[in-house]
Amino acid sequence: MTETTMKTTSDQTDFGNYVSLLKPRVMSLVVFTAAVGLVVAPGSMNLVLAFASVLFIALGAGASGSLNMWWDADIDRIMKRTQDRPVPSGKVSANNAMLVGLWMSVISIGMLGLASNWLAAALLAFTIFFYAVIYSMWLKRSTPQNIVIGGAAGAFPPMVGWVAASGSISIEAVGMFMLIFMWTPPHFWALALFMNEDYSKAGIPMLTVTHGKRSTRNHILIYTILLTPFSIGLAFTAIGGPIYFFLSIVLSLMFLIGARKVFLRSEDGAIEDNYLEERKLFKLSLFYLFLLFAALLAEASLKSFDLNLMAWPQVF
Amino acid sequence: MTDDEIRKIRKKNNVILGVILVAFVVLVFSITVAKMMGGATMEAYDHVRRPQLEEIK
Repeated sequence: MTETTMKTTSDQTDFGNYVSLLKPRVMSLVVFTAAVGLVVAPGSMNLVLAFASVLFIALGAGASGSLNMWWDADIDRIMKRTQDRPVPSGKVSANNAMLVGLWMSVISIGMLGLASNWLAAALLAFTIFFYAVIYSMWLKRSTPQNIVIGGAAGAFPPMVGWVAASGSISIEAVGMFMLIFMWTPPHFWALALFMNEDYSKAGIPMLTVTHGKRSTRNHILIYTILLTPFSIGLAFTAIGGPIYFFLSIVLSLMFLIGARKVFLRSEDGAIEDNYLEERKLFKLSLFYLFLLFAALLAEASLKSFDLNLMAWPQVF
Repeated sequence: MTDDEIRKIRKKNNVILGVILVAFVVLVFSITVAKMMGGATMEAYDHVRRPQLEEIK
């Protein structure tokens, strides 16, 4: 009897711990970008089907988060930022995290296929595979380019949303993909600059660990410059317009100025103010992506009221 | 953790899971209704040939 009681004790965990397995904060960004991808896509979609599509894309993202927590439990235990996650803190067993991840993958892919179309479902399956297998199991621990290539996993949701609504991939979907893909490296490297100790303790070959912080600062500036044409270029596609164009110019300038500040700083200066500029750049990068997608949404709603500028050039 | 606390957590978890399952059923039903109203094929072959489903050449 005592044994049974002990077993149930260790197995009993609050439901909230299973929710945090799905990385709700990452999910909220996925919900937003996938919903924007779906809304700006051509054609109309039934509200129930649109809601279900976004829900299952988000659940798919949650599934990959859960698989990532299962696989990375050993390094999450070492890093301060991730120590409180349900698996390393012992609230959910690694095996349960894996089961949740696998079952939710199956359910979300199957249901997205039924609610929208099978191309969108296949793309979601590939996204989960990319994040859980290619990024978590392979790239993360083997190359300093881990987040550059791994960024693709985060870049897929708006494309999946687009395909769910329109049934095919087009230049605008690729444009949204490239925007997030190019945005990820400077975003994560800014974080790595002030979280470096964590990554180095866990033995993850982040750029800051393998090539040093000086090199990371250079990389941040270069990638921010490379991001700019993709960000502004999206203004001249079918989903762009003057609002997006104006915002992309302002935000790109702010991002470039922030990246330049981080680039010009010496490590001593950064330690002195506890990585203030790096933290600012990280926060700015979050606003940057959020506002650009919000602008795409604004353009789409203006167009739905026929309030578009006829003369707006559409180059791509 | 006492047995009483375990029972409380378990009850709460079961209620949440129940609500999620009911919500899932409602969602699947709504998806079905939405797809049928959108003109999705409601018939399929069922062991026997069904001339009304065949394309007219």
